[in-house]
Amino acid sequence: MSNDEPSVNAPLLQLSGISKSFGGTRALESVELALYAGSITALVGENGAGKSTLVKILTGIHQPDRGRITFCGKSVRIRSPAHAQQLGISVIHQEAVVFDELSVAENIFVTARPRHWGLIDWARMRRDAGRLMERLDCPLDPGLLLRDLSVAQRYLVQIARALSHDARLVIMDEPTAALSHHEAQLLLRIAAGLRDEGRALLFISHRFEDLFAIADRYVVFRDGRNVAEGLMPGTSVDTLIQSMVGRAIARLYPKRSVALGEEILRVQDLSRAEEFAHVSFGVRRGEILGVYGLVGAGRSELMQSVFGLTRAESGSIELDRAQIRPRHPADAIAQHIAYVPEDRQHQGAIPSLSISSNIALASLAQFTRHGWVDGERLTRTVGEWAQRMQVKYANLEQPLSELSGGNQQKVVLAKWLLTAPRVLILDEPTKGIDVGSKAAVHALMGEWVEQGMAIILVSSELPEVLGLSDRVLVMRRGRMAGVLDRTEADAATVLRLASAA
Amino acid sequence: MSSRHNAALALLTAILFVAVAARYPQFASAAGLRDTFDDTSILILLALGQMLVMLTRAIDLSVAASVALTGMCVALINQAMPGVAMPWLVLSAALLGAVLGAVNGLLVWQLQIPPIVVTLGTLAIYRGATYLVSGGRWVNSGDMSPVFLSLVRERWGGLTLLSWLAIAGVLLTACLLRYSAAGRSLYAAGNNPEAARYVGVDVGRAQCLAFVFNGVLAGLCGYLWVARYAVAYTGIASGFELTVIAACVIGGVSIAGGSGTVLGVLLGCLFLGVIKNALPLLAVSPFWQMAVSGAVIVTAAVLNAAGVRAPQRQRILEN
Repeated sequence: MSNDEPSVNAPLLQLSGISKSFGGTRALESVELALYAGSITALVGENGAGKSTLVKILTGIHQPDRGRITFCGKSVRIRSPAHAQQLGISVIHQEAVVFDELSVAENIFVTARPRHWGLIDWARMRRDAGRLMERLDCPLDPGLLLRDLSVAQRYLVQIARALSHDARLVIMDEPTAALSHHEAQLLLRIAAGLRDEGRALLFISHRFEDLFAIADRYVVFRDGRNVAEGLMPGTSVDTLIQSMVGRAIARLYPKRSVALGEEILRVQDLSRAEEFAHVSFGVRRGEILGVYGLVGAGRSELMQSVFGLTRAESGSIELDRAQIRPRHPADAIAQHIAYVPEDRQHQGAIPSLSISSNIALASLAQFTRHGWVDGERLTRTVGEWAQRMQVKYANLEQPLSELSGGNQQKVVLAKWLLTAPRVLILDEPTKGIDVGSKAAVHALMGEWVEQGMAIILVSSELPEVLGLSDRVLVMRRGRMAGVLDRTEADAATVLRLASAA
Repeated sequence: MSSRHNAALALLTAILFVAVAARYPQFASAAGLRDTFDDTSILILLALGQMLVMLTRAIDLSVAASVALTGMCVALINQAMPGVAMPWLVLSAALLGAVLGAVNGLLVWQLQIPPIVVTLGTLAIYRGATYLVSGGRWVNSGDMSPVFLSLVRERWGGLTLLSWLAIAGVLLTACLLRYSAAGRSLYAAGNNPEAARYVGVDVGRAQCLAFVFNGVLAGLCGYLWVARYAVAYTGIASGFELTVIAACVIGGVSIAGGSGTVLGVLLGCLFLGVIKNALPLLAVSPFWQMAVSGAVIVTAAVLNAAGVRAPQRQRILEN
């Protein structure tokens, strides 16, 4: 029995030489990681550093291509999420994996409902659930339905689920991103409590304040490798940021020098309850304004209000010094504002429709006479645009879903270019597309600003923002953290503004 | 929410009932009540099965065609071999129903075809098969053995076997959904398929299970229908799938899966049963019956929509 137990100093979980590729891209490269019982390890890294791939390997959603996982001193292969749970590894996902129509008690015990004579023992389930929630300082009625709970409470229910199968390793993925300050404090206390019970915690977060408050150790990931690690006490935010960013970011991006014209769009003191407050910025002809922030900083929400998808409650939006009030995207489109959303599959494009339908979608009125679409003219114009954007396709009538991510994105861009935008808002325009298409999109952006367009580039990718932008607006938790000129915007400064307390 | 829904529905049914009983006291007599319940029993059994399917975010349009095919088959067997004992006949009806349900379930599970498409197809196939096995002929009461016809009318404690079966179905389904892991997994699978996968529930398997259970009930109802109406022909129960789905929707079963109660479904069936049996007494035309149940569906949908909150947007700002 005691032989099974690892000695005090041996890691509970050890990864050695873990590699994972998807198609041609390396997500993880010879990763080494050790997690210890009774200790909280902070995992930090930029977006795309490989953190989520690591989590998916630890929960059995992906299998590593190479490398070894040792858990409790034994070499293991984690086959499925259910198997991870049996082993004692629990992940609490950023977006709560819960059932809205089921009760708190059932959500906690959904994998292992207590039984009596083969029948579900509801009384015991409620009792145990109540006890678990009390341990978390959150004495909710176990009979409440999940849909009536707040984001923070839903997260706590997931923690209770992890506790219910007595997880020895608890992975928390951005647990405080969606929580208020007060709720985050409560969560950090709970995390510390779990550590004190002797569990190992892997705490993934962009919020340095939280990490410094509770983590014992840190590991930094960059480009799919672990590049630095150490003890949290004695390290500084600067050291961490330095490791995350690594080299000074080379200006890989061909930045064209364009003479800036007059200001086209001005957003003044814009606020919307619970999403963003007092945001002001302007963008000029020929300018690329980068907007940087951590996930959940309110960047997309801000842009959705500028585009009329949601309504700001106070503040003003001016186009050519005249106030506009977009109540609906159609208003914004009529004013020549275009918005390319982040989620291409659900918001940006209609994958089952043809390439030509997708391109024509936002400007059908151009091709319509007496209510009927002039198919010939549409096909001609659409074909011209597809070529100008260098879309690789077999024919214009094939469904968009058959194209690669990069080519899909070019189609989406063509759609908006066809509306002749003066202000083009791009929300994560190069997310999930290949390097070649990425370069093409960047080059096109350069052309457009040369022609006098104003571009707002929302991106989580620091090199992209720094490389392409004339100015960078940094947001933090729904508020402006600063506006930096191209000359003063370096990675460390931007990251610090985006994440500092 | 669901308990409020059920209370409103019960109240509505009661008002309707009292209004009719005030003019036609015989409707509220013990015999009248028993007749109405007997007449609603098949609907109850089918709605219970449909509910399980709907809980998993699926739907079964082929249920009435399954009733027709199994009903026709047992009627033909009874006509050809009157000596076959009733238990065997009922069992074979249930088994045939299970097979028909399994065809739906496997297509949905293994080939991942949307349930509405699968069952739209099997609706036509099962209905066509009913024509094929019978050659379009009718099996009349004279062709059926006396015990085949009388079994459903057998009374214990005043209630027919048919009524007792409906009661047993309600209790069994309620227990299954409340106290078995399989039953609970139907709710989980329909409520959030993505999350269900994370906690080890196979959504396709849950859907297939619901289809098979539904098929067993449909098969059973095939015999009950033919015996009760004492005739079997190709068009049996034609269009009845819509009444079954209507009973579920009125009873508060979500078309989006994951929510619905046995009590709600029972009330939904009783509501439709009272309408069907009471309105003719008031000389209200069958078209008005349809209009009333339609109006109730739309009203319930509007009330539910008003109760649902706007999709949650993430809270970013702090106060």
